[in-house]
Amino acid sequence: MAYSDKVIDHYENPRNVGSMDKDEQNVGTGMVGAPACGDVMRLQIKVSDDGVIEDAKFKTYGCGSAIASSSLLTEWVKGKTLEEAALIKNTAIAEELELPPVKIHCSVLAEDAIKAAIDNYKSKK
Amino acid sequence: MKTPIYFDYSATTPVDKRVAEKMCDCLTTEGNFGNPASSSHEFGWKAEDAVEQARKDVADLINANPKEIVFTSGATESDNLAIKGIAHFYNKNGKHIVTCKTEHKAVLDTCRQLEREGYEVTYLEPETNGLIDLDKLKAALRDDTILVSIMHVNNEIGVIQDIKAIGEITRERKIMFHVDAAQSAGKVPIDMEDLKVDLMSFSAHKIYGPKGIGALYVSRKPRVRLEAQMHGGGHERGMRSGTLATHQIVGMGEAFRLAKEEMAADNERIRMLRDRLLNGLKDIEETYVNGDLEQRVPHNLNISFNFVEGESLIMALKELAVSSGSACTSASLEPSYVLRALGRNDELAHSSIRFSLGRFTTEEEIDFAIKKINENIGKLRELSPLWEMFKDGIDLNSIEWTAH
Repeated sequence: MAYSDKVIDHYENPRNVGSMDKDEQNVGTGMVGAPACGDVMRLQIKVSDDGVIEDAKFKTYGCGSAIASSSLLTEWVKGKTLEEAALIKNTAIAEELELPPVKIHCSVLAEDAIKAAIDNYKSKK
Repeated sequence: MKTPIYFDYSATTPVDKRVAEKMCDCLTTEGNFGNPASSSHEFGWKAEDAVEQARKDVADLINANPKEIVFTSGATESDNLAIKGIAHFYNKNGKHIVTCKTEHKAVLDTCRQLEREGYEVTYLEPETNGLIDLDKLKAALRDDTILVSIMHVNNEIGVIQDIKAIGEITRERKIMFHVDAAQSAGKVPIDMEDLKVDLMSFSAHKIYGPKGIGALYVSRKPRVRLEAQMHGGGHERGMRSGTLATHQIVGMGEAFRLAKEEMAADNERIRMLRDRLLNGLKDIEETYVNGDLEQRVPHNLNISFNFVEGESLIMALKELAVSSGSACTSASLEPSYVLRALGRNDELAHSSIRFSLGRFTTEEEIDFAIKKINENIGKLRELSPLWEMFKDGIDLNSIEWTAH
């Protein structure tokens, strides 16, 4: 299968790889997927007091498209409010990365990841 | 050294130049282009001679009689002809077939088709090393069992089944025994005088011959009968009609002849390269070889790098042409059914890579591969949340994952 240039770019130079302390009050962690299915995505966001995502980090176990989807997501959510970030749709990720139909689930996972991270952050409040 | 480097000899091999030359002699006006069935003129006689020489060369590699060789379009057709042919011919004796979960799809899907026709199939579970427990095989045999079909060498993990022992069991029970030898011919010595095998499938393109040609060994003593699957001019003693493809058959014959001559030396060299590869990878933490290492062809190394997903590793190893037991490449989310049948958990199945080496693999290529793999496993594990959790001492089985 041929990958788009954008997938290859994110795969070879992933943005915002790393971890935050999941126990911090201003950090939200979303981990979605399952090892048995071949992909696990962990997205973490650091949120300011006025509800803006200041920083985002990810780690992903999965194919190139899954890694690229999560890398792109971290770029997109930074600087957004929680409400804006919650509106990010998997279709936008799939379109930006030109994912083929068999890889759409990677973008779905990324959308699930940001939603889970926001929920986790809110549950701490 | 040219990249990408080919490490997928179990998928197919390049045609050996010596084989290609012989094939080219059977195509044009100047060459041996006749129809081997044309018995009325010299063009036909010459083509027939070439086909019969090739039949002998194929038979010689496995110490069989040339009359026991039926040419087909490949191992898939041979598997179909053997299994359906036996089932349809001998169904008055019973309708039960025994095979194994790790067989090639050409065997498994043929068995599925027979199930739709009213046959019953037992799919044996292999042991964790990929080998079949002979007691379990014995226990699966019934009075109405007409056929056992077990592959010689597995295409994914390279393990060698004990077909000599299985043949003793099936012959004693007067049950037909078919062996898919697509991955073993030219790699493992095969002696049909010694083996109690009734039918054996072969492919040319796995041993430096052309694609689109294969053969089925059909035993004459004891005599095995088949219902043909392809009807027409009654070629190949009625078992497989269709004009014989002289150039393909000549290519297969030459490939088998070369295999007989060079197998021992090839194997020794390839085993050395495979061991070099394994040595270069074995110090990477959480690395598992899939399938038995002793009962195995030297050409194959199937290895799982835990916490790294196979397809992303293949993407990182873009200079290496390898294949993955991971799912994503095949557009389904299912990891390799072979590795799952060994009881490997899904993570390890998703993390597997098959390296298959061959006649043209060099030491330089192996060393390059070792370097690339070591570099990239580290990089991908830095990206992997599972690796981080493993390093933090978290038991991944204790987590409730959201399957999707």
